[in-house]
Order: sequence, then structure tokens, then C-alpha cells
Amino acid sequence: MTTIEDVPPPALVDNDQHPVGYGRMLRKEDPRFVRGLGTFCDDLQLPGMLHLAILRSPVAHARITHIDVTAAEAHPKVKAVVTGADLAKRGLAWMTTLADDVQAVLATDKVRYQGQEVAFVVAEDHYSARDALELIFVDYDMLDPVIDLRTALDPGAPVVRDEIEGKADNHGFDWETGDAAATSAVFKDAEVTVTQDLVFPRVHPAPMETCGAVADFDRVSGKLTMWSTTQAPHAHRTLYAIVAGIPEHKIRVISPDVGGGFGNKVPIYPGYVCAIVGSIVTGKPVKWMEDRTENLVSTAFARDYIMRGEIAATRDGRILAIRSNVLADLGAFNGTAAPLKYPAGFFGVFTGSYDIEAAHCAVTAAYTNKAPGGVAYSCSFRIAEAVYLVERMVDRLASELDIDPVELRMKNFIQPEQFPYTTKTGWVYDSGNYPGAMNEALRIAGYDDLRAEQVVRRERGELMGIGVSFFTEAVGAGPRKDMDILGLGMADGCELRIHPTGKAVVRISVQSQGQGHETTYAQIIAEEIGISPADIDVVHGDTDNTPFGLGTYGSRSTPVSGAAAALVARKVRDKAKIIASGMLEVSVADLEWRKGAFHVKGDPGTSVTIQDIAMRAYGSGDLPEGLEGGLEAQICYNPENLTYPFGAYICVVDIDPGTAKVVVRRFIAVDDCGTRINDMIIEGQVHGGLTDGIGIALMEYIGFDEEGNCLNGSLMDYLIPTSLEVPHWETSHTVTPSPHHPIGAKGVGESATVGSPPAIVNAVVDALKPFGVQHVDMPCTPSRVWEAMQGRARPPM
Amino acid sequence: MQVSMTVNDEVVTETVEGRMLLVHFLRDRLRLTGTHWGCDTSNCGTCVVQLDGEPVKSCTVLAAMASGHSVRTVEGLEVDHLLDPVQQGFIECHGLQCGFCTPGMLMTARALLDRDPDPSEATIREAISGQICRCTGYTSIIRSIQWAAAHAHEHPTSDEPTDATS
Repeated sequence: MTTIEDVPPPALVDNDQHPVGYGRMLRKEDPRFVRGLGTFCDDLQLPGMLHLAILRSPVAHARITHIDVTAAEAHPKVKAVVTGADLAKRGLAWMTTLADDVQAVLATDKVRYQGQEVAFVVAEDHYSARDALELIFVDYDMLDPVIDLRTALDPGAPVVRDEIEGKADNHGFDWETGDAAATSAVFKDAEVTVTQDLVFPRVHPAPMETCGAVADFDRVSGKLTMWSTTQAPHAHRTLYAIVAGIPEHKIRVISPDVGGGFGNKVPIYPGYVCAIVGSIVTGKPVKWMEDRTENLVSTAFARDYIMRGEIAATRDGRILAIRSNVLADLGAFNGTAAPLKYPAGFFGVFTGSYDIEAAHCAVTAAYTNKAPGGVAYSCSFRIAEAVYLVERMVDRLASELDIDPVELRMKNFIQPEQFPYTTKTGWVYDSGNYPGAMNEALRIAGYDDLRAEQVVRRERGELMGIGVSFFTEAVGAGPRKDMDILGLGMADGCELRIHPTGKAVVRISVQSQGQGHETTYAQIIAEEIGISPADIDVVHGDTDNTPFGLGTYGSRSTPVSGAAAALVARKVRDKAKIIASGMLEVSVADLEWRKGAFHVKGDPGTSVTIQDIAMRAYGSGDLPEGLEGGLEAQICYNPENLTYPFGAYICVVDIDPGTAKVVVRRFIAVDDCGTRINDMIIEGQVHGGLTDGIGIALMEYIGFDEEGNCLNGSLMDYLIPTSLEVPHWETSHTVTPSPHHPIGAKGVGESATVGSPPAIVNAVVDALKPFGVQHVDMPCTPSRVWEAMQGRARPPM
Repeated sequence: MQVSMTVNDEVVTETVEGRMLLVHFLRDRLRLTGTHWGCDTSNCGTCVVQLDGEPVKSCTVLAAMASGHSVRTVEGLEVDHLLDPVQQGFIECHGLQCGFCTPGMLMTARALLDRDPDPSEATIREAISGQICRCTGYTSIIRSIQWAAAHAHEHPTSDEPTDATS
């Protein structure tokens, strides 16, 4: 393992920590967090607050025949016990999912997965609420569960969704993209084709803070205040209005400090609705916080794609076509949180970073007796699955052709002059320099030396693997014409107000789960308007105090909301320019902007600062004819396209020949996310994503037994990388700005989670080359790698 | 039952249920919510506090077991409005993102540096290996603790880290 001591320490103090704009800047958030003074949902303590706990199904598939709550209701500290039947009377037993399916808030007819919500208790304290759950008695009439996705669509399989009238199977949806006929024609004539079955198993985002809420319904004003662990407070407010029938202006959703999201906190969960109902029923504020098992077994999982990849090429290594067929596991309800027209998310970018002739993909989704979800865990709407598919297939082809995997990629990259590039599945990649990023990664890795070292080690019987991946993401959903969630367009608002003394407040529609928005948005505004970031307050995560927008997920904050911030600042600057022209008694055309002040052209000594202008805007002096006082603006930004960050990753692993344990020795990540706002924060985002990648590739897995019992429902069984499993990350970057984004930024939050798993698996397979291994499915645990070494590799499910 | 302990240099006495965990005692009774709770199985380490100077997971300690002992939480790191070097280090080196694991990491880091003022990277990795961070990938946490080790005898001159708030 390369250690930090081998690497020159970064310059930590004498750097640009006071930028008026972009650059390394320490975070404005940190002083409260290092003092333990953050306010997370579970930290809230309102007067008279009660505590809610949820009774969950112990089985995967059963009809509920009877629920007896009398003993629970008799508990001296219990204030309310609510079942599905109670909710049904209020029309709240079912709710709409983000994918426009429905999901049970509390089960009425039957339970459809282990951990499903059956009833809830509201009590004076958390311990008593939990005690009372044990006093609820539920009779279950067991049904055969649908667990194996491969047989879920077989005729005669038990029907998970039999509440849907006429539903006689478990079919969820079919979706396809690309040109099937053209792709078949290319495959038919190709010199070389390779087929590989790949499983991207079910994993879970498992943020350190579980999901929860405090609901406070004021029966006098009729206003609901909802503090919740949500990545999308505005979308949640609108959906609560639709689901619960509370007028939208009477709902305030506050997302306080959120302890990580990674997609897990995008959906509306039954627990949130239960907390609302609990507050309405009791007339008191009600807190609900999941425990870890509840989080792992019932909230949004990720991936769960069984894929067949096919790649066609010429014998000299020109990739001609890529085809994939996917079987997707929805769980019991389609809780996919992706733009509605994209039921398989953005899996359509599975053609990757390569200039090819044809592509086609067909996805079939099925319901099973497992928890719902599907799009979560920093996947950029299924791009993690797409990148894994194409990057494993390119490596399989390289092996087949006996070409170095770097050489094969270089040969087939979309070239810088081809941008904007329209893929065979219709995505318009905005900008890129793929060879540039790859060359930077090769340089840092010392790729040729690594290959030479590998030869020596193989001769000694050591198992060293070098894995390469190259990804292109599509982030920043998205253009209103194509993208919406339940009819809500994916545009984002922003409001900027400059106070009389030249300090500012910017109100953004997205919120932060650790991304550092309070810092980076201040920097975006600072860059545009010349006010120090320290003098700019960023307000987020409160629907009463911020403009509408769809929230923080899919790496969309900087591409969408970040653009809105830059543009609203320019709008304010335009007004400031008019005021400045009056103050300096020159025409607007005679002014030029240098960050922080307008100067008279040809007379740079004559100028007014943005602070001077702000005071004039609110002051008693004259303003130019027809101009309103004040210095503020608001906008709503509708992106014209997604942005397409990319990167080149190289992973070096060593596998113990005796135990088959995989150790990641080095990991080199070169990311290009366009214009960089804060290098420190970007590096942190990449480090976190790479760690996710090690977890996903080597240890994280949500599995089920044949009865549908979740086998990984605690952090003893769902393994997350610790400091001992990750190397010192080696990161670098190139900068290829987005041509259509106002500041050229592209988004980076999920790049590393998307790009790293195939690099690691490619490295594992490369290490096992002496054994003739062509593929190992994730997670590459010692037992699974050992089986591959013995020629018995098998899929994880 | 009645428990009495010293928390951040103050003696507290409360009546609690015998089953009450120290983490809930600190959070719900004393309103010291800097100590977090993140799992059911003592795996995540967001609840780490110091018990008589040793880092412990406060979800595996009953409040009753802490009676008669000294507890220090993240709220007790700052002294006379001066941040502890580990707190400053986490700010300087981007040792946190969402901030949820941070208090536990800080308490472990402080205990580590108290017994080993100049730990190697391997020692730091070992020390924090019982705690999970989902955001940082650990490298910046390690840098933060190294920063604290290197600045052990320096005191910040002001309450706030000037870089972030001035």
C-alpha cells in the first residue's frame, strides 16, 4: 500500500484559503460540526415531542389476517397505535412513489418484503415506543415469496402485486434504447464478438445518519412543519401536498444538517408519512428515526441488475457495437427515483466513452418480494451500472484480442474534436478530452513500470493485478423538455440579495448532505460579484426560505443549481452596472467590470465597488431613471443539456494466493469535472466515491435467503470499508469546461462511485489471469475470488 | 436508578432506567447531541466518547456503568473558546464532509494523540478502524490527525478558525 508518508504532504496552510471566487477555501460549515453543534434530525427536541416506532414485517410475503393492538394501546406511555386499516380510513394507506407506482405506507392486505411497515406506535419516549411494538400481535398467512429475479417472470410465479387489478405476473416494465436492427447487423458481420454475463448486485447507500423526521402539525393554523432527512425538500413538500391533501402553502419541509445521503434520502418513505399522521393524530410533534437495520432492510437499495453484455469489434481492436440485455429487480414497489421518461435511469449511456457504429439495450424489470428502491448510492441514475457494463466488456475484449486494455481504450475513444458528440443512443456529450485524462492517469501510475513489475511478480507466483476504467457520466438532470419527476420539471431557482452594507445572502433550491454548499455557493457568487465568500450567507434546505428546485442527487447541484447561482449573480451585477453608471455619471457602455467594482473605461482610477453600489441601491441618493431600489434578483435555471464529466482510473491490487483476499495497493483517479470551484472539496468528493467503489467491488452486498430474509441487515453483515481497507488515494485532474454551463462546471459528486468499481474488478480479473479467469462478479470477497481461482466462479445471486 | 458522573468537567446526577445507554443519556438527558448514534451493533463509531480518557462506543456502555466515572464528549474538546488541535486539523485538512462521524473521530483522535503524540500513518489507521466514515475515504481524516500532531503546542489565537468565518 502506498502510504501518505511516501507522498509529499499537501500545502495545507499557505494556500489560497481566502479566494474571492474559485480556489481552495476552508469550509464555512466546519466550525459547527467540529464542535458537535450541527443540528441533525435526531438532535431536534421540541416541547411535548413524542416518539414513533414502526412495526415491520418479519417475513417477505404473507397475507395479514389479523392485527391485535389492544395490549400496545394499554401501555401507559403509548399515545397512539396506528395500523394500515386506520390509514385506509383516511385514504393514506398507499402513497405514490417517485416512479409513479404506488407503495403501501402501512400494509393493509399483505406484506411484500421483510421489513415492510405494518403498524406504528407513538409514545412518550423512544424506549417505550419500542417496547410497545412487542405488544402488537399480527397473524400472517404465509405466501410463497418471489426472491430469485431470474424466475420472477416465470409463468405460475406467485404474484407480488396482486392488488393491481388484472395483474397476473410480476412484470414491471420493458424499456429499450438504440437501434436493434442496426446493432444486430453489425454483430452478424463482426470479426470478433464477446459475450459476458455480469451481475451488479444489490447494495445499499447506508449513510451514517439513518433516515428520520420530526413532524409538527399545528392544528390551529393547519400548518405542517416537517424536519426530515431529505435530499429534495421542495419535491417532498409538493408530494406531501398531493399524498396527504394538505395545501402546499401549509407545508414547510426543512432539511437540517443531513448525515450523508448518497441517494438514500431522495425517496419519500412510509416512515415520513407515519410521522405526519402521528402528529395529526396526537396533536404533538412526533419524531421518527430509523435504526440501522430498518435503514438497511427497508429503504432505497441500489443496482440489482443482471446484465448480459455483448461487444463486437474488428480483429485489430476497433469497437463496432455494444449490446446489452438487462433484468432489473424493482423489489415489491417501483421506487426508482429517476426522471419519469427514464425508467432505467440513464443506463442508456452504456456506450461509454467510445466512438462506435451501433448500440442497443433492452431492460426488463420485475417485482420481487424485496425492499423497493433501485436508484440510489451515488449512481447518477444507473450510470454506475452502465459504466460497469461497458468497462468490463472492453476489458473482456482486450483479453480476447490480447491487446493492452489501455491501448484498446485509446484506440476507440471519442476524440476531442468530435465534441459535441451524439451517441448511438442519443446522448449529446458536451465536451471531453479523453486521451488527455488517460495520459495523466498513466503518468501518475507509471503504467509501463507497473506492467513490468507485474511480469516479475507473476514469475514469483504473486497475484498482482492492474485494472483500468474510463467513464463518462451524464449529470445535471435536467432539461425540462425531457426530464421531470412526477410532473415536476428539473429546473432550479436561486435568489440573491445584496444587503445595504455589501454583504449578501443567497437562497438556493438544493440542500447539502455534506457536499459543502454553504462554501461552494458562496464561492460561485463571489466569483461573479466580487464579494468575499465570507460575506455571503448560503440558505438552503428550507422550503419556506428558498426557491423551488428538485434537490441534491444525481450530481445535479453544480450543473443545475450552481448555474442558477452564477446567473442570478450576473443579473444582480447587470442592475449594479446601471446604478454605477448613475453614480459615476457615465453611460453603461463606458463601464467595465473588474471583480468587485465597475471602472470607467480609460479611467481605471474612477470606480465604484459593489459595496458602494449596494448602499446606493438602498440609500437616499438618486437612482437612474426608472430603476427600482434594492439590489436583488431571482431566476429559475433550466439546463439546455446535461453535463458530461469523465475520468480515467487505474487500480493496482494484490491478491493473497493462499486466502484470495484482495488488497487495493494503489488507486489513481484523474477526474475532469470542467471548471473547478473548490479543489479541496472536489478532492474530498472523489476520495469518498473511491471508497464507495472499494466497498461495492469488494465487500458491500445485500443478499437474501430463499425465504426472503435479508442476510445483510446490520453493519456486522453489510461491510463498509474502514481506514484499513483503503489505500492513500492518488488523485489528479484535467479541466475541460462544459460549453453550455454558465461557469463551465460539470458536477463530480458521484464520478468516483461510478468509475471505480470496474477498475477494481478489472484489476482482480487481471490478477487472476494465470488461472484463466475471465470474470468475477462483485463483491470480490475472498470466498468468491477463491472460487474463481478454482474455476468455480458463480454469480452472487 | 440514580447515576452520577463527571461529564466535560461538570458533575451530573440523574435518575435513569437501568437499561439506558450512555449515548442516549448524553443525547436525550444532557442534550449533548454532538455524540451521534449510527448503528445497532457497535460497528459505526459515531457514538465514541472518552470514558476516563479512553475512547469507548457509548452505545455499548450503560449510563449506569459510567456512574462514578469521567466522560468527555466532543462538546468538551474546546477549552476557553480555543479549539483543540484535532478540531482545527479537521477544518484545515477537510477531515469531514457531512459531519456525522466527526465527533467520534475527534474523540478517538484526541485519545490517540494523548498516548502517542506523533503516531505513524499505520497507527492512525488502526486507531480509527473501528469507526466508519462514508464521505471522506479516510485520507483527509488521517491528514487532519497528522496536522493536529504537528500543531500540538500551538494555540489558535481566536475562537473561530479565521479562514472559514472571517
